Amino acid sequence: MTKSYPDHKSEGAAGAELARRDDATEARKRADAPGQPSPVEESGQLVAADRPDQVAFEYAPAPESRSVVHLQPSYGLFIDGAFVEPVDGNAYKTENPATEEVLAEIAAAGLEDVDRAVEVAGRAQKEVWGPMPGAERAKYLFRVARIMQERSRELAVLESLDNGKPIRESRDVDVPLAAAHFFYYAGWADKLDYAGFGPHPAPIGVAGQVIPWNFPLMMAAWKLAPALAAGNTCVLKPASTTPLSALLLAEIIQQADLPPGVVNVITGAGSLAGAALVAHPGIDKVAFTGSTEVGKDLQRALAGTGKHLTLELGGKAANIVFEDAPLDQAIEGIVNGIFFNQGEVCCAGSRLLVQESIADTVVERLKRRLATLRVGDPLDKNTDLGAINNAAQLEKIRELSDAGEAEGAIRWSPSCTLPSKGYWFAPTVFTNVSQVHRIAQEEIFGPVLSVLTFRTPEEAVAKANNTVYGLSAGVWTEKGSRILWMAGQLRAGVVWANSFNRFDPTSPFGGYRESGFGREGGRQGLGAYLDV
Amino acid sequence: MESEARTTVQSASGALAHLGFDQSSRPPAGAPGLRSSVVGAPSAVTGEMLADLRRSESDLRRFLHGLPGVDQVGAEARAASLGTRSIKTSAKLWALEMAVSMVDLTTLEGADTPGKVLSLCAKARRPDPGDASVPPVAAVCIYPDLVTVAKRALVGSGVKVASVATAFPSGRASLAVKLADVRDAVVAGADEVDMVIDRGAFLSGRYGLVLEEVQAVKEACGQAHLKVILETGELATYDNVRRAGYLAMVGGADFIKTSTGKVSPAATLPVALVMLEAVRDFAELTGALVGVKVAGGIRSAKDAIRYLVIVNETVGEAWLDPSLFRFGASSLLNDLLRQRSKQLSGVYAGSEDFSIE
Repeated sequence: MTKSYPDHKSEGAAGAELARRDDATEARKRADAPGQPSPVEESGQLVAADRPDQVAFEYAPAPESRSVVHLQPSYGLFIDGAFVEPVDGNAYKTENPATEEVLAEIAAAGLEDVDRAVEVAGRAQKEVWGPMPGAERAKYLFRVARIMQERSRELAVLESLDNGKPIRESRDVDVPLAAAHFFYYAGWADKLDYAGFGPHPAPIGVAGQVIPWNFPLMMAAWKLAPALAAGNTCVLKPASTTPLSALLLAEIIQQADLPPGVVNVITGAGSLAGAALVAHPGIDKVAFTGSTEVGKDLQRALAGTGKHLTLELGGKAANIVFEDAPLDQAIEGIVNGIFFNQGEVCCAGSRLLVQESIADTVVERLKRRLATLRVGDPLDKNTDLGAINNAAQLEKIRELSDAGEAEGAIRWSPSCTLPSKGYWFAPTVFTNVSQVHRIAQEEIFGPVLSVLTFRTPEEAVAKANNTVYGLSAGVWTEKGSRILWMAGQLRAGVVWANSFNRFDPTSPFGGYRESGFGREGGRQGLGAYLDV
Repeated sequence: MESEARTTVQSASGALAHLGFDQSSRPPAGAPGLRSSVVGAPSAVTGEMLADLRRSESDLRRFLHGLPGVDQVGAEARAASLGTRSIKTSAKLWALEMAVSMVDLTTLEGADTPGKVLSLCAKARRPDPGDASVPPVAAVCIYPDLVTVAKRALVGSGVKVASVATAFPSGRASLAVKLADVRDAVVAGADEVDMVIDRGAFLSGRYGLVLEEVQAVKEACGQAHLKVILETGELATYDNVRRAGYLAMVGGADFIKTSTGKVSPAATLPVALVMLEAVRDFAELTGALVGVKVAGGIRSAKDAIRYLVIVNETVGEAWLDPSLFRFGASSLLNDLLRQRSKQLSGVYAGSEDFSIE
């Protein structure tokens, strides 16, 4: 391996080379006079001439090893503490969205499977998990959290394989946050009396939890940890395109010796297994994260059933940059806001609202920054932007982006080569966007940023609130009083100040209006699983 | 008097306008070249603006305090994120060799002797006696009284002699003494002078004083390149780092440098990030490319590569050159050599395989 490196410096010429480089410096300085070609371009050529073999700091591929993951050819349902074949279901295939390679065959639960999962969960709740002292439940949850940390690399690689997100994010964000949620709620399990819901708050019963494909493991943790801490048992339905990390979590739960039936994972289509699960009479509490459209259907279906419901739905967050913002960090915040997880984030900062006085500067600097984004193999440790999770989503992103162009907004992407196989979309910025455009109103759920401008703080608030959603917002300014005022005015569940997309298990997260209701995280997240 | 005051205010706001709030003098965005790291051509009015800043302390203060703020949490998060880049195989080899060629091999001890400096110079000329393909380092960095020794030892090698001066490291002396210190170094043949700013003056808001000293030292340097040490560990905030960096650049610095190495914390990744953003913006503003030197506490090749990644992704490849980026270090070099030989041979050499000066 090491033999193949090019010998990129000729022998003995080093001194002369240094001298040449000094000449290069002089040439650069001379070129500084107005009207001369750009000094940087000039120096680029000179440096290139110095180093014929490698002209720039090109990062070599740094792939994370797949060997840590042991994929099975097929996976069953996790019911009553064991992996079982579906009784009346069938199977489908899950693929790697970066390559379209089939990863494994996954069981698709049928109605009988759902029945069985709900039934064992009900029994486990009444006989084992509900009566168990909180301190004992905590021990199990701490154990799950620790095993997640021990197997973090495996979880991260599997997540990136199945979802398409960069390993940098699954390794540094998804997996640590998922474990942190278990640690956090484990701490609450024996302190429910002091959580502010009155003495002896009771669990609700059996929770049916349906989660999306954008943060498969993290969403599973957000749902399971508070439910279990409060004494509920769970039937979890992961998204059909990303079942693998939830199944590995089930394996971890098995390893942690959780009593059978406390956590059950059923895989399959939302329209069948998901719909059957939430409609099942044995379910006392439904928690759903996903699209607003499905959330509305769910709420209609559950009306009058007496089931508890929390919904975490779509968003069209405004990331508001004032002229006195810390500019370099604001640029990072914009990038992180919309390109984190390929923009497949319900709280993504998909609308950049920038004060008109600095709009051109911000857009110019943003474009310069985007030129350094690394798009490609999700398992490469240097990748910033991975694959879109599935073909249907890619189609939706394409359709809305085309609509943006058709409506007159100006489309821009940095030059980047996208892989020929798999589902890919280049980071995209739309300028000249108006409030009436679809790309300013509809959730794109992809790496597409719409740039709008405002003149005054009042106008920023009005435009930010001018949406059916209300999940999150960001405010960038060095003026502390304005941050506080904006936070009070913005109708969003989360307002980030001089930051974006920062998550913490201690902080409640959730939306207003068509972004849903209920909170996950913090003490408030516990309330969603207690009969209070 | 009054109208004069108004003019200076206007020119200060003009300066701000050129700091990225005015598009008139820019080429179209997305202009080719080096990932468009520097997106500006020097503006005709820039020289005038800089002259204004040098003339009027109130203009200077307004300019420095009008720079966009640095959010500490955001800057540190960005630096940490770039620190996770994984530099492997051919990229690592390239980075290690680049880092060797950027080292200012340093000894700044009270106990320094001609013998110590001579052995350092031999190391600088040929860092790895067993492998002539290793480039020499950029410079040897020493106290002024040893410049003649180093100069003689480095004849014909291309390795520069850098001398600290201006009552290094504290800078607590009169300007006359500092300038005498600089002249001593320059007369003895120093190619580069590493001065310290008056942190006391900076922290008490006497920016004009700091600027005058930088300008005076620059003049005393003559042909020698001037590196201005900000001693960021004593400036404490990133806003101060950015302001002090601009101050040095307006004063004519060829390089801005983090630290003396005598104060902790010395160089850190976020400090380097903020300084690189400053030189990038200054280049955009004036067209002048100013170098950055990180010094103090950088001991491992892994750390050095992290800095190169920040350079690469903040200012772009123009700065990936010893004429614009340096490491001030003593023990770093051996780790770079060790990691380089590991890359080539596949096995780690023992520590005794590399000379200790």
